[in-house]
Amino acid sequence: MPDVVSVLYCTAVLFVLAGLGLAARRIPQMTLLVYGGCFAVSLVLVGLSLAVLLRHGAVASVLVLPMGLPGVGANFRLDALSAFFLLVISIGGAAASLYGVGYGHAEHAPLRVLPFYAVFLAAMTLVVLAADAFTFLLAWEFMSLVSWALVVAHHEEPANIRAGYIYLVMASFGTLCLLLALGLLAGASGDYAFAAMRAARPSPTLAAIVALLVLVGAGSKAGIVPLHVWLPLAHPAAPSHVSALLSGVMTKVGIYAFIRIVFDIAGDHSPWSGLIVLAIGGITAVMGVLYALMQHDLKRLLAYHTVENIGIIFIGVGLALAFRANDQTLAAALALTAALFHVLNHALFKSLLFFGAGAVQAATGERDMEKLGGLIHVMPQTAIVFLIGCAAISALPPLNGFVSEWLTFQAILVSPQLPQWSLKFAVPAVGALLALAAALAAACFVKAYGVVFLGRPRTPVAATAHEVDRFSLTAMFALAVLCVFAGILPGFVIDLLSSVTAMLTGATLPKQAGLPWLSIVPLAESRSSYNGLIIFAFLLSAGTLAALVIHRFATRATRRSAIWDCGFPLDSPATQYTSSSFAMPIRRVFGASVFQVIEHVDMPQPGEMRAGHFQVRVRDPAWRFAYGPLARAVTRAAQRLNQLQFLTVRSYLTLVFSALIALLLVVAAWR
Amino acid sequence: MALTIGFILQLVQITVIVVIAPFVLGVTRTMRARLLRRRGPPLLQAYRDLWKLMHKEAVIAYNASWIYRGAPYFVFAATWVAAGLVPTYATGLMFSWTADLIAIVALLGTARFALALAGMDIGTAFGGIGSSREMLIASLAEPAMMLIAFTVALIAGTTQLSAIATIFLTAETGVRVSLGLALLALIVVGVAENARIPVDNPATHLELTMVHEAMILEYSGRHLAMIEAAAAVKLVLYFSLIACLFFPFGLAIGDKTAAAVLFGLVTWIAKMLILAVLLPIAETSVAKMRVFRYPAFLGGAFAAAALAVFLRFVSRGF
Repeated sequence: MPDVVSVLYCTAVLFVLAGLGLAARRIPQMTLLVYGGCFAVSLVLVGLSLAVLLRHGAVASVLVLPMGLPGVGANFRLDALSAFFLLVISIGGAAASLYGVGYGHAEHAPLRVLPFYAVFLAAMTLVVLAADAFTFLLAWEFMSLVSWALVVAHHEEPANIRAGYIYLVMASFGTLCLLLALGLLAGASGDYAFAAMRAARPSPTLAAIVALLVLVGAGSKAGIVPLHVWLPLAHPAAPSHVSALLSGVMTKVGIYAFIRIVFDIAGDHSPWSGLIVLAIGGITAVMGVLYALMQHDLKRLLAYHTVENIGIIFIGVGLALAFRANDQTLAAALALTAALFHVLNHALFKSLLFFGAGAVQAATGERDMEKLGGLIHVMPQTAIVFLIGCAAISALPPLNGFVSEWLTFQAILVSPQLPQWSLKFAVPAVGALLALAAALAAACFVKAYGVVFLGRPRTPVAATAHEVDRFSLTAMFALAVLCVFAGILPGFVIDLLSSVTAMLTGATLPKQAGLPWLSIVPLAESRSSYNGLIIFAFLLSAGTLAALVIHRFATRATRRSAIWDCGFPLDSPATQYTSSSFAMPIRRVFGASVFQVIEHVDMPQPGEMRAGHFQVRVRDPAWRFAYGPLARAVTRAAQRLNQLQFLTVRSYLTLVFSALIALLLVVAAWR
Repeated sequence: MALTIGFILQLVQITVIVVIAPFVLGVTRTMRARLLRRRGPPLLQAYRDLWKLMHKEAVIAYNASWIYRGAPYFVFAATWVAAGLVPTYATGLMFSWTADLIAIVALLGTARFALALAGMDIGTAFGGIGSSREMLIASLAEPAMMLIAFTVALIAGTTQLSAIATIFLTAETGVRVSLGLALLALIVVGVAENARIPVDNPATHLELTMVHEAMILEYSGRHLAMIEAAAAVKLVLYFSLIACLFFPFGLAIGDKTAAAVLFGLVTWIAKMLILAVLLPIAETSVAKMRVFRYPAFLGGAFAAAALAVFLRFVSRGF
């Protein structure tokens, strides 16, 4: 049985599970069954996609089902690119389902989550499987709508309704752009199968327009600045395992759409499109992490941080486009490997962190970091895995986040070979932006971890929290192990990606798994190498050695005492650094240029008995500069057009007649 | 046999850098004291301090977690591993390909991450202020560091430190404007990363000026000893980085004969001492700056490094 058929069977099972989920109210065990079933199906999908990726160069055949558009049917295909993204989806899906087994029990409205959850997984699978424009857009829209239903699952809170509304508007706009892009590619002949579009080889101008449209359409799903505004609202609104899927996996489906249409179908591009993608990637990375630093809602911080990672991925994709446009296929393969590696990494650690945030929320009922603290003492296991996630996402060696950033830097260092001067100057600047984003990410996660898990509890709920259930913990530990594994043995992941780069750039990096000591050397001539395994072993042995020497030859005497704090310890946990105070220096340094930070200090006069107040408001400038004016313009236009509803029949007839004449004139002029 | 010798040579590098680090720190302290017309501590005082700290009982707050207790060892280990991978007296050692310049900088970032978390573990205002400012400095210094790496990589074609040093020694790179700018930037970044004046003051205990010291305020005993040792190793690491990138003279690049290795070691120690004398001269000639002037200071380093990169693009001769 071909792989694509097996995958379709799996999605069919997911639909069946969704149907079973409808019975969740009457049969409480359904929750377990649905999540368990989704977990099993996802594991099968992991196996199937891995098998495709390991079978390099196998010809992927198109499966045509007699559904969809007449004459075209529904085309499905599982090639290397689809298989890689299917792997990402199914790893995320498996972990989220396992987490859901434990987490989902507390759900007060399972009917609003369970059916949609299974269908959401199926829809994402169908998007990467689709091989014609109609099926693709249908699956894409299906994915958007189902995820919208999940976002507004807890619709009692007005903020969630608003988030859902904004998400719906952005998703429709994105789909419109994709529709136009695919329509342009289909051309006048109107053949909607991807294979036919690919064979048509669009002209460079057309390819550029398509690339821009897809950048907007797929980018709004992935969350590039300034199309990211829905993301920090919608992702935290959903239940935490769904947030993990939205942030860790669905944004990747947006990346998939971009790579599929721009790289695979639209064919050759001018280096300019690479430059635009690169610049947007760099800006997105830095803006995303700066916004994330300003947040004190843990889940919103994570959602904003997704924007940063999407930027890093787009830097890699943009570099790959630029290199490929100049026929530097090996460098393009390197840049694409870096981007795809980061896709996998981000799916791993962002899911892990959202699970951790969900665990914190389940244990304390709080998402506001200013009300947490000291959780390492009451949730020791969650604290360990969350720490691994934080270190991985901050791009610290020897974990996986560093490897993909290192690969991106290596790709940036090849850029002097590019002939275009604009790119030569832009690429190092983007490299500096990437370094800035990485350093700020570390600051952001020191803040997140330090405020939530370390220090003293700021509220009683934080002091009396309990560790979460073992299913949630297993899911988090599994992802943490994968983060470590991908970090210390990156060669295997790079080799896994070789069939994807071969398909899209025509080149593959040298095989890494056979290199001595399992190092990675992406480009033989640059001799730059990295070995996470040895660094890991060195760290372990150096730390153990230091501890042994100290404990053997120096004193082990330890005394517990009260906090010293320079001689003036204050009992109140409010004297600790908070999330806002931690971010304050960075707010001061970058605030003037990037945010409209409004700090309001209300200090009582001496003798007054009321409490002082300090208020900080940080606004996303995208709202002020892009969406605010846009929304106002739409409202104004709607009000003007409103008059059209109250005309006489005579005026309507005149209107219709003149519109007809105008259209005919346009057609006549066109011909 | 070759494998054993290679292993021994690597071991020498890893050991020497830790053994010599407190001495280099001692030289800077003595030199600084002399410049201030004080007698200053003996050159070996840093060793005695470490010995003393190691034999004192560690006082730990009741609510300290395992992060607080583990971080000193981890910080020391990460700094030590990073230092062991920078070419000091010879290039092409057994494990020199394990990490390139980017990875070494990132390893120091891992150490900083752990220390910043430890600073927040007890839940005091000082720990928080230290961690917060340390991360600010890092986020300003890291882009500059990356552009420095970019400059040398553009000239040498690789980010592998061993290979860069060998190329700078053998090929006719000569004196270049871009390298000069990169050196300037690296010095500024090194000053910031090592918490020296004018960014931070390792000798201060005046509360509002502390950055690094505020972060480790609660530490005592063996934990403090580990952190102090890590700071000393980090200083030597940056000295070695400057030496191997910009003054690779004397590095044993070819066969590791006894003479070459010995010559490499002697020149390396001489370079360390020269830098240890120069650093306090620079430090005593400027004043500590306010926190919100860091962006200008480190932005200067960034600008210099960016200029170096762009000069490389304009002309190969620069």
